[in-house]
Amino acid sequence: MTPRRVAVTGLGVISALGQDVPCFWNDLRAGRPGISRIESVDISGLRFQNGAQVRGYDPGQHFEPAQSDLLDRFSQFALIAARQAVRDSGIVFTPELRQRAAVVTGSSVGGQSSEDAQFWEVYRCNAPRVHPLTIPRIMANAGASHIAMEFGISGAVYTVSTACASSNHAIGQAFWMVRDGVADLAIAGGSEAPFSFGFLKAWEAMRVVAPDTCRPFSRDRKGLILGEGGAMLVLEPLEQARARGVPLYAEIVGFGMSSDAGHITTPSIDGPSRAMQAALRDANIGPERVGYINAHGTGTTNNDVTESRAIRQAFGLHADKLAVSSTKSMHGHALGAAGALEAIATVLALYHRTLPPTANFTTPDPECDLDIVPNQARATEAEYALSNAFAFGGLNAVLAFRRA
Amino acid sequence: MSDELAEKVLSAIATTKRIPRERVSLDSTLEELGLDSLDQLNLLFALESDFNISISDEQAKSIRTVREMVEGVRKLTASASGQSALSA
Repeated sequence: MTPRRVAVTGLGVISALGQDVPCFWNDLRAGRPGISRIESVDISGLRFQNGAQVRGYDPGQHFEPAQSDLLDRFSQFALIAARQAVRDSGIVFTPELRQRAAVVTGSSVGGQSSEDAQFWEVYRCNAPRVHPLTIPRIMANAGASHIAMEFGISGAVYTVSTACASSNHAIGQAFWMVRDGVADLAIAGGSEAPFSFGFLKAWEAMRVVAPDTCRPFSRDRKGLILGEGGAMLVLEPLEQARARGVPLYAEIVGFGMSSDAGHITTPSIDGPSRAMQAALRDANIGPERVGYINAHGTGTTNNDVTESRAIRQAFGLHADKLAVSSTKSMHGHALGAAGALEAIATVLALYHRTLPPTANFTTPDPECDLDIVPNQARATEAEYALSNAFAFGGLNAVLAFRRA
Repeated sequence: MSDELAEKVLSAIATTKRIPRERVSLDSTLEELGLDSLDQLNLLFALESDFNISISDEQAKSIRTVREMVEGVRKLTASASGQSALSA
């Protein structure tokens, strides 16, 4: 079978930038961060206080109590984003399509808040038993399974866990399945809800969380801001989408991965660079065709310098003509959901021909000498764009999109 | 300056990095001793636990040598006991 072209026909997102795609894009375009004091957890014993949370969230607006009982917050976000994306795509599931459809989600830590609450009962309160729904709530594939059940999707359904690159790996594999004829439709993305006290304490010990806000590529950056949310894309063969007569957000054209095989937490230059090059090869385009990169851009001292050098290594002289921005400055670092949030930001950038900025920017860093679109959105004629995700563990995944 | 506090810090470094105590001197830099970013996090964790202090990210970032580490811990323990004396 000849490889098929693959279109993005549906988007869904819930994040610190609101609970749907229009809110997400409005904030991105305005350069408006969704970072505020963490409210869902008592943070009096924490060194940092800010996070990028889904605000004003009421599960009761989305789920009946019987369904809520089964859903950790991260699965709720997965399901909400998938519902939006499916509705947006206008897809109608026939019995045949259900068997030929796939769901691939990314999550780094699964049902963190359910795990924390139940283990607290056992360790701290000496509870003699744990709630029987704990395991089905905390398993990292719960989001994917609930999406499959909701839409009756009975093809390939699974979850990828590669820390901060999880949902890029998920979207990339879903893309390949649709391209190669293994699936005729895929719902792909990721979700994360990492705000539990124990998990925040563990991040505190890593000493990479900023006390104030996330300023990627700024000289005075102090680290990342943790975020939460869910984001899903509907991927289907371009011909099928055209036959259905639906609008296309973008085409997904390439996926590249690599491993640093070096250090468990310190990123390399070579690994990320090779992942970007692999994505370009997979898309069958030269580096000079790319106009925009949605950076991994965590705002840590290490990442932003290494990523800047990796982009130079992969793009050579063209690195000076590229626009690079980090939308983590607004929606925070949602770990296993980060790639999916940023894939949607990248797709919308191509669709609206507008680059979302790197928000909270103050001072250039000579070690991050790229055009990072500081603070103000910018019109673009970019035809191709990349979205980077580089994980702890040295695992790198890069997606390539084309304007439809 | 071979006092008890300094000795405790030097031992913590040797234990964390799993190197002989004799290799660690006040004049060593953390880099010379081969402490990478993760080793440094482990060391800060050990020192916070051993001395019952809290080392801020800003304080941690500026440390390059063992001597700076020892003096940093000394200041923090002094202000911690000062605080507990005040509150007592």
